[in-house]
Amino acid sequence: MTAASPAERAPSAGRIRTDRLIDIAYRLRAFGIVAALAILIVVTSIVQPRFLSGQEVNIVLGNTSILALLTLGEAMVIISRNVDLSVGSVLGLSAFVSGSTFGHLHGVPTGVAILVAFLVGIGVGAACGIVNGALTTIGRVPSLVVTLATLYIIRGIDILIIGGGQVVASSLPDSFFQISLRNFHNVPYLTMAVAVVIGIGAYYMRSYRSGRDLYAIGSNPDAARLVGIPSGRRVFTAFVLSGSIAGAAGVLWASKYGTLDSTAGSGYELQVIAAVVIGGVAIFGGSGSVIGAALGALLLSTILAALYVGGVSPFWTQAIAGAMILVAITIDRLISLQLTAALRRRRSREST
Amino acid sequence: MNRRELHERLRPTLRWEAGLVVALVAIVLLGSLASDKFLTKGNLFYLCLSIGELAIMTLPLTLIIITGEIDLSVASILGLCSAMLGYLVLHGWSLGWAFLVVMALGVAAGLFNGVLVTRLGLPSLAVTIGTLTLYRGLAVVILGPNIVSTFPQRYTNIGVNPVGNSFLSWSVVFFLVLAVIFGVVLQLTPFGRSLFVIGQNKDAALYAGIRVKRVKLLLFVVSGFICAFAGILYTFRLSTAVQDNGLGLELNVVAIVLLGGVSIFGGKGSILGVVLAVAVYAALQNALFLTSFPQRAFGIVTGCLLLVSVLVPNAGSFVRRARAAWRRREARNTPAVEAN
Repeated sequence: MTAASPAERAPSAGRIRTDRLIDIAYRLRAFGIVAALAILIVVTSIVQPRFLSGQEVNIVLGNTSILALLTLGEAMVIISRNVDLSVGSVLGLSAFVSGSTFGHLHGVPTGVAILVAFLVGIGVGAACGIVNGALTTIGRVPSLVVTLATLYIIRGIDILIIGGGQVVASSLPDSFFQISLRNFHNVPYLTMAVAVVIGIGAYYMRSYRSGRDLYAIGSNPDAARLVGIPSGRRVFTAFVLSGSIAGAAGVLWASKYGTLDSTAGSGYELQVIAAVVIGGVAIFGGSGSVIGAALGALLLSTILAALYVGGVSPFWTQAIAGAMILVAITIDRLISLQLTAALRRRRSREST
Repeated sequence: MNRRELHERLRPTLRWEAGLVVALVAIVLLGSLASDKFLTKGNLFYLCLSIGELAIMTLPLTLIIITGEIDLSVASILGLCSAMLGYLVLHGWSLGWAFLVVMALGVAAGLFNGVLVTRLGLPSLAVTIGTLTLYRGLAVVILGPNIVSTFPQRYTNIGVNPVGNSFLSWSVVFFLVLAVIFGVVLQLTPFGRSLFVIGQNKDAALYAGIRVKRVKLLLFVVSGFICAFAGILYTFRLSTAVQDNGLGLELNVVAIVLLGGVSIFGGKGSILGVVLAVAVYAALQNALFLTSFPQRAFGIVTGCLLLVSVLVPNAGSFVRRARAAWRRREARNTPAVEAN
């Protein structure tokens, strides 16, 4: 019995150390984004001190909020080895539909009207998410194809509903605009609200069984099914959450921009996915975190703002965003190769 | 036996392509019922013009998707090459040299995609989302707010004049010639057959001695080359180079390829199916254009076509699964009834 115990203990001790190594690697990855962010801010503010002015901080945080909120839903979907390309279209439809509810709510107190607008927007988003989720899990169609199709269909519905018209800012109540304008010492309240939502999302993904299940499904779908994880239900939930979040983001978009036509948010899905990937979520699922994805969004919009403040021609922004995606996935690949090599070395050392 | 084997192998693909033919005939019939302009020479020429470059870009993408990869940067390469052509012409280059540089740029763009995917082992979906943004961004950098429309008419005529006395545009003729070449390579050469093996089982392909990485690299380079060519045609058709030429076309290209029966998982598909899908797409778009359907909402149709094309092959297995589940439930219930 005593002879067997070291042999029993060895693999489990090894596993603990292995877990810690992986944990450290992913912490370093998140730390890398924060470090890049810090360097960027320091360098830019030396070149152009205006960068740290309250007004500039306010603008950057305001620009990040909607993007960061969208990365939360997208990260959940991508972690489960799926993708949601329809978020930009859902955002556009929700922005228009919720914006136009105010026209039907004359005489209703604005507080109630805003609440109704949010419920309508989230409802529209959830409905889109249900369609995406059902087609992916029940129809067993790859989500890349499903959401590519719904990207078109939802945008088309948006165009049909709007026709030639648009929502103009004057039809919206002033307090609706205040949602994205009001701030506390140049930190928008909207940003704080989004940060809280992302915090809840992060806690869910870290500590709840259904959140962990998404990681399991993403790293090995077959194994996840074999151990009895209800994959279909979990993935369906992720899509509904992503849709609802995109719906809420649409209402915020309406509050930020006021005037809405059928192009609102078109092409935004690629920016969202870019932020998620820059934030260290693997495009084929199983690893990454929603906090990382939100930091990716912050890094992306900070870089764009830094370039603008630093006097770099705005024509460069898109090219740099593209280069950042490539750098991020290359770094992730190198980390995972190093990690695999380190684990293999350790395993061979333990076996000898 | 041999014939039956052949029959068995062809059946699933042929059924898909037969479906596309039926759809095409139905669209043409409905289109000509809806508007007597539909089958006129002028309209068919317009139809050809509107689809040409899109059609050309579907060919290399078909091969890439068959090997289980994807290239979302095709429309950005088109845009980049169009912008470069405009830039060079603006700076007084002769068109001959400009063509050469633009084609080389397309090859370089494809090579960059291919190197990242095959040599660094990065997922092509993520890589080409990155280069989609990068190449589009470079087009913006190269051309800025400039609009170049000083191309010699001898060339821009290629973009807007029909071939001889027919209703075909030059872009569609190029597409048909390329389609034959791609079809022959895919169906009849060992190289083409190896693409299917790679798509179905990469490891098996590797053990069978196929140089998987080199093949994929080559396909990305071909894709860059063809997209550069499409970029030149696109520029001549519009007689203008602007920074956002071809913006957002990549999703249409993917949609057409998948509608052509190419499996997004790789290993399945044919050039014939994709050519038919191009025809279905173009005819439908054109027919709806002649009715009062808002042109910009055509995305609804594209999206529905895409969904139908992936849901229909799954329908059989769905029914089978549902029936099996029902039977299981029956079986579970039956002993309980007997116990009573």
